[in-house]
Amino acid sequence: MTWKQVFTSSVGKKLTMGLTGIFLILFLVVHAGLNACIWANDHGIMFNKGAHFMGANVIPRILEIGLFAGLLLHIIQGLMLELSNRSKRKVGYAVSYGNEGSKWYSRSMGILGTLILLFLVLHLSDFWYPNRSHQNFVLGEEIDLYEKMKTTFTELWVVIVYVLGCLSLGYHLAHGFQSAFKTLGINNRRYHIMLTSLGYGFSIIITLAFALMPISFYLGWVN
Amino acid sequence: MLDAKIPSGTLDSKWTDFKGHCKLVNPANKRKLEVIVVGTGLAGASAAASLGELGYKVKAFCFQDSPRRAHSIAAQGGINAAKNYQNDGDSIFRLFYDTIKGGDYRAREANVHRLAEVSGNIIDQCVAQGVPFAREYGGLLSNRSFGGTQVQRTFYAAGQTGQQLLIGAYQALERQVALGNVKMYARHEMLEVVKIDGKASGIIARDLVSGKLERHFGHAVLLCTGGYGNVFYLSTNAMGSNVTAAWKAHRNGAAFANPCFTQIHPTCIPVSGDHQSKLTLMSESLRNDGRIWVPKQQNETRKAVDIPEEERDYYLERRYPAFGNLVPRDVASRAAKERCDAGYGVGSSKQAVYLDYADAIERYGKIEVSKEGRTDVSKEEIIALGKQVVKTKYGNLFDMYEKITGENPYEVPMRIYPAVHYTMGGLWVDYELQTTVPGLYALGEANFSDHGANRLGASALMQGLADGYFVIPYTLGNNLADAIYNKAVETTHPAFEEAEKNVSERIQNLMNIKGKQSVESFHKRLGKIIWDKCGMARNKEGLEQAIREVQALKKEFWSDVRIPGEINEMNPELDKANRVADFIELGELMCIDALSRNESCGGHFREEYQTPDGEALRDDTNYMYVAAWEFKADHQWELHKEALNYEVIKPTQRNYK
Amino acid sequence: MEHYNMNLTVKVWRQKNSSDKGKFESYPVKNISSEMSFLEMIDVLNEQLIVEGKEPIAFDHDCREGICGMCSMYINGKPHGPWAANTTCQLHMRAFKDGDTVVVEPWRASAFPVVKDLMVDRSAFDRIIQAGGYISVNTGNAVDGNSLPINKDHADSAFAAAMCIGCGACVAACKNSSAMLFLSAKVSHLALLPQGDPERKSRVLNMVAQMDKEGFGACTNTGACEATCPKEISISNIARLNQEYLRASLTAEK
Repeated sequence: MTWKQVFTSSVGKKLTMGLTGIFLILFLVVHAGLNACIWANDHGIMFNKGAHFMGANVIPRILEIGLFAGLLLHIIQGLMLELSNRSKRKVGYAVSYGNEGSKWYSRSMGILGTLILLFLVLHLSDFWYPNRSHQNFVLGEEIDLYEKMKTTFTELWVVIVYVLGCLSLGYHLAHGFQSAFKTLGINNRRYHIMLTSLGYGFSIIITLAFALMPISFYLGWVN
Repeated sequence: MLDAKIPSGTLDSKWTDFKGHCKLVNPANKRKLEVIVVGTGLAGASAAASLGELGYKVKAFCFQDSPRRAHSIAAQGGINAAKNYQNDGDSIFRLFYDTIKGGDYRAREANVHRLAEVSGNIIDQCVAQGVPFAREYGGLLSNRSFGGTQVQRTFYAAGQTGQQLLIGAYQALERQVALGNVKMYARHEMLEVVKIDGKASGIIARDLVSGKLERHFGHAVLLCTGGYGNVFYLSTNAMGSNVTAAWKAHRNGAAFANPCFTQIHPTCIPVSGDHQSKLTLMSESLRNDGRIWVPKQQNETRKAVDIPEEERDYYLERRYPAFGNLVPRDVASRAAKERCDAGYGVGSSKQAVYLDYADAIERYGKIEVSKEGRTDVSKEEIIALGKQVVKTKYGNLFDMYEKITGENPYEVPMRIYPAVHYTMGGLWVDYELQTTVPGLYALGEANFSDHGANRLGASALMQGLADGYFVIPYTLGNNLADAIYNKAVETTHPAFEEAEKNVSERIQNLMNIKGKQSVESFHKRLGKIIWDKCGMARNKEGLEQAIREVQALKKEFWSDVRIPGEINEMNPELDKANRVADFIELGELMCIDALSRNESCGGHFREEYQTPDGEALRDDTNYMYVAAWEFKADHQWELHKEALNYEVIKPTQRNYK
Repeated sequence: MEHYNMNLTVKVWRQKNSSDKGKFESYPVKNISSEMSFLEMIDVLNEQLIVEGKEPIAFDHDCREGICGMCSMYINGKPHGPWAANTTCQLHMRAFKDGDTVVVEPWRASAFPVVKDLMVDRSAFDRIIQAGGYISVNTGNAVDGNSLPINKDHADSAFAAAMCIGCGACVAACKNSSAMLFLSAKVSHLALLPQGDPERKSRVLNMVAQMDKEGFGACTNTGACEATCPKEISISNIARLNQEYLRASLTAEK
């Protein structure tokens, strides 16, 4: 059993998805935690400090490469899996099984993921790209991200797109969180119940936290 | 014609001696010997796997889409083995004795003793394969009791023992397929035995998907094709279960033994209407706790729950106080029929009796209450607790009952009625399981050998696996040892040509009839004749009439059956027509056999031969033999008798009162 | 329970053979008793078609008591029809009412090609078992059945997994046409028993490889399989399979 065989098998591909998924979940915790600093209501001082650490310190920047690698792997593998899975039923059903047997979002991971990807392109071009290009992609001086957020979120459509992006993420997580652990082999009933509840809790909290950021700026809840 | 080849020596040394002296085939030669196995139930799958392990080149055939579908899968209750794990006095001799007595002294002692001897090995083998038998908390195997015995020797896996055993054998078979020792032909039906110089040398099989006929050579042919209960149309057998392979063998020279010995199981879900396609068994284990009754008043119209206790007739407890509801199957079935015929039947068809769990529910409820050490418990609560207990014991059966009938058996008594379940008769085989055609063998329910005139519960699985795992590997070698000089015959041999031509012509004839009536309608009519006149009770007049009716039906079938579709394509109607044509011929032989056996024994009840209180009356002086019928020509058979010599057991009248 | 009769329209997939394109045909059926099983209703329809000189509908069925796993109809959008924990043969017409239109399709999955009408080829399942779904023990090698005590919980869980009837409803229900529930039931059954231990690593690796080769999709844990399984095989078996797979691949020698 070579490593190649392991990771090209259907179960192995799922392992990749699960592992990168958990890695991205961890990133979300960091991202949400850092962004929550906007609610310190100190004109973004704390937030920018955090953002500066993430952007100007060599360790987070190395980790950032890992993050992109994980993200790319998750996206590419996910899309390929979705395409491959779809190809396994050449003739479809006339009447669909629908929601009786499964949750709609668990069946829509590919679409939700694609929506998140589209949102990510927008999101990265809003914040990450301007900042890194300002740094010339090295550890140079950064832009004031707090101000950037403030201006970005003055447009209603941007806020709406961001909220929709967060919602997609929420549903993606609602299935992805617990699914990732199942893929890693957790089958005991007691952990299963725990992880399912944790998964739903996490998805709701993360969605709310992220969605409230553009809303807070738009409605002027933060200064 | 009939040489049973029973080894000499004392009963308990016969099998050991046989194994010690039988001829062997060396491993290199086994690879050159080809064996055809038809049917992949417990007998077929276990035989194919075991022979593959030994190194024979095996070809296995089944008509289903996978060997795992064979009808052994539907066996519910369990499998007997003389392990004596319960320390309750079981032994090989006692299992042997119970089986002979249960069979009403119409089985061969040497075969049954061998069956009892290998029964323990079967359990060991199955455990090693990973069959998940029920276990106690200490991790050891659990046993339960079954009808007709006084010890607990039945091993089980909930109500799905047959499924688990079959999957075990199926997995062993698939392992041999993967290793290349067995080649599997699913969706193939055997339609002819090919004989060369009087010896079985192959088969003609039809690929049911393409409709093409195929020729397959084998140094030996093993028929593991199950019973023929579907001759009755309605039975607990699977829809596809058929007699065709065995019947082709019979027409080609293999004697058919005791065809009239059929088992009618007392606890089945009754027929609900003309549309009924098959019957469903409710496990014998239900009779452990349920009480069977009918109203005391004829043509009762009240609901079961409205009939007060004193107006109920617990007829089994009344007639058989010693065994009560746990009398053997043949006795329980006849008693139910007697009550219904007398006008006491229940349900809309009046062809049913009640199987009532109310008492058991209350009893279990009270036990639960006393376990909890409580006293002030309402009746409702006791009932609720009792239902919980019954649910854990019989839940899956109760659920099945509710799905089929739409009635909740926890609230109202179940309605049950006897139904055809198993056939003790089958191809005549000697001690080595070889039929009267050299090179042609029959295993499992397809042969007649071990159950006499009535089979005990949990013994069919035992026999199928005994034949396949532990008997045929020895006896086949004994016969094939001389075949190593015979090269595989090319299937271009004239015997193959001829056989294929015959099959092809028959199919062509069937298709050319282009009549008006469907195959199904003929099958239904056949079933009704056989059930009415050669079912639970038979008499001379009825049987003679049945023979005439079946002969007329045969004529009508061959002139007016309508089979749509083409030959060279998947055509389930054609498959069915082939089978029904054979069932019709078998039906005639069953009636002839029943007519010639002027006695009652086990499942064969001739109304003229009964004791004053309505029990079966055996005639050991004149009928202690196996009736082996040789096919001569259409409607013509010759009876050969194999005398049954009881050296160890003394036959007595069975008494359950 | 009140008995009643009904008239229905049955819209069913007709396909002459594996190379035919296939299409739906609608047939009226009359006077169907609520006491009939679904397959008995199809029997009635078939008799009607034969009388009309048409070809009857081909469908797989055998035991008609919910255990052989042969019946396989996708009825009104659900494998084995509307009842939970049920097979097509045990579905009864009480589930429908007068005037209903019932749509019947074969299992749809590229790994289960249609043979004719509602019949599909499920031999892929046999080949998955051939890849390792067994314990390698030749006849006659066994030690006494009680020489190896087995933890009752494990024995019970193994039995619960071994109840799988191999009908393929899990594949039919899964949006990915994945055979993971089927596969995991066998892997779990054998992994939970000490007899299955010596081969547990090679078994899971080989069986997964065979499943992939057969053209089934990957599992995305949606749970549709568990919801439709007639024997209520738990999806936790899939997680157990994943664990077995992870363990086997991480501890492989090469």
